[in-house]
Amino acid sequence: MADPVLRLAGIRKAYNVGTPIETEVLHGIDLTLARGEFCALIGPSGSGKSTLLNVIGLLDRPTGGQVHIEGHDIAALDDAAITDLRSRSIGFVFQYHYLISAFTAVENVMMPLLVRRGFPDAAMRHTAETLLDRVGLSPWKDNMASAMSGGQQQRVAIARALAMNPALVLADEPTGNLDTKSADAAFALMRKANQDSGTTFLIVTHNMDLARRCDRIIEVVDGRITADGPPHAAPMPV
Amino acid sequence: MNRLLPFEWIAAVRFLREGLAQTALIVTGVAVGVAVIVFMSALLAGLQADFLRRMFSSQAHIVLLPPDEVARPLRQEAGAAVLATVIRPSQRLRSIDQWQGARDQLRRWPAVTAVSAMASGAAFAVRGDVSKAITLMGVEPEDFYRVVAIPDKIVAGSPRLGVEDVLIGTQLAIDLGIALGDKIRISTAIGATQTLTVVGIFDLGNKGANQRTVLVTLRTAQALLGLVGGATSIDVTVTDPYAAEDVAQAIAAATGVRADSWIRTNADFFSFVNSQNLSNAAIRLFVAISVAFGIASVLVVSVVQKSKEIGILRAMGASRGQILRVFLIQGGIVGFLGSLLGSSLAGIILAFWRSFARRADGTLLFPVSIGTQLLLLAALLATATGLLAAILPALRAARLDPVVAIRG
Repeated sequence: MADPVLRLAGIRKAYNVGTPIETEVLHGIDLTLARGEFCALIGPSGSGKSTLLNVIGLLDRPTGGQVHIEGHDIAALDDAAITDLRSRSIGFVFQYHYLISAFTAVENVMMPLLVRRGFPDAAMRHTAETLLDRVGLSPWKDNMASAMSGGQQQRVAIARALAMNPALVLADEPTGNLDTKSADAAFALMRKANQDSGTTFLIVTHNMDLARRCDRIIEVVDGRITADGPPHAAPMPV
Repeated sequence: MNRLLPFEWIAAVRFLREGLAQTALIVTGVAVGVAVIVFMSALLAGLQADFLRRMFSSQAHIVLLPPDEVARPLRQEAGAAVLATVIRPSQRLRSIDQWQGARDQLRRWPAVTAVSAMASGAAFAVRGDVSKAITLMGVEPEDFYRVVAIPDKIVAGSPRLGVEDVLIGTQLAIDLGIALGDKIRISTAIGATQTLTVVGIFDLGNKGANQRTVLVTLRTAQALLGLVGGATSIDVTVTDPYAAEDVAQAIAAATGVRADSWIRTNADFFSFVNSQNLSNAAIRLFVAISVAFGIASVLVVSVVQKSKEIGILRAMGASRGQILRVFLIQGGIVGFLGSLLGSSLAGIILAFWRSFARRADGTLLFPVSIGTQLLLLAALLATATGLLAAILPALRAARLDPVVAIRG
């Protein structure tokens, strides 16, 4: 069988290492995500969810333990190789869309391809337009990112996260800033991408309704995984 | 998106366009700086060129002269001096030793553009009962006209000189009441006298020079001054007037003849030119520094404003180098655009200046123009200043930690 998309072993993360205020946020996390899984990551504020997501997203190195992304041990990689692996294998969706406001919707979706290849080309634009079509934004593709509604911007951000056809998409409260209707639409889009392309999703959320619609719920409390299983076994909201 | 432009250029241009008001302000700031530098440089270059043109219209860059005569005190053996005082001898009119050889050697000199031998000395121009003190200059016209463009200064007659002919200045013509074709008598201190025909009248642009300068052929002057076959000086022009002193020293070393450059003989003027250049350079430097600070501060603000976008670009796989270049290019573009606008602005200021910097008769005080070289230099300097100013903000952007940028 192919390597899992993500394998964490004994992940520890401490801040202010070596100072009197050293604080360990993650106390040894073991987690494996298989290809095509659609998981929710829940937990109270300050439990270390975001820190865990940064470590998984290769935005931050752990202070202990091993991270394997698609079989690559990141401890063996330098910064350039990590940047490369991140841009190939991981897509990000944040609570706030973080679109580049100086570019149009379609250009924002092209952006991950553009920063990698250096020069824009027709294939890139075609990929981006197809993705925008999938998130239902074709008519707005040439709007400036800053001139769209919050729901539309988050859908552009989802399309952008899928542009490199990554194995794993990390979504940090992707619906946190949206009204219920937009939130449902954004969630449905991610679910569809998961089913159509087999992309693995890890979605941090406070919304238990959304969490229950995932295949697997992982709960983190005080830097440790306290529950991990299908939705029917999940704990009640904290 | 332009397919010929890489990501860095596309992003740089978009960021500048997005903050249009900010960009317009800083480009205007750069433009004002560039305009000041371009206008000042053009004005100064025009002024100096005009000064030099006036100066060299009647003067060579380098003049070769025979060495001064010195008295050699007699000595007995064992170093005992015989005389208590040494009287400095008067400098009689003498020829440069072997001047033809020196002249031919100079003609082959690489930095030298024209060489002209001259026999000159004091004389009187006499007509009727009027006599005027003059400087008699005997020249070989073809050579001399390449050093001093007499044909351009002829106001009556022609510059063609025969052994019986003489060219005089406008003021002398007035003083002696002379018209073309009239005869004047030239007499010198050694008692030689010759009557010559005035074939041309020139205007050197200076009353004193127009009163004193009298041009005859070398042979005529040699006869009148008692310098048979001799030449009292050799005039030299060189490719770069500002290098004249170096060339003069090299010539003196190679020929053994005294060589005075205009830089030495007009030391005050030259130091004036130098201090002018120095103050111009200082002003340029300070304007460039203030322009650089302006660009840098705008870019720093832009980096802060865009830190989240920069973070997301980094998270998407943009390298530090790419982010660095996005901001360096912005600095370069601002500098370049500023130089274009500033050069146009300088052109407008210059046109304005031309409209009032005129003499009473309506002619320009002196010609000033903005050359292509100056424009290219301004564009290059402004772009380089923009790039330099962008280094710190660009480094700051490139160093942004994506996590901190997105969270913060």
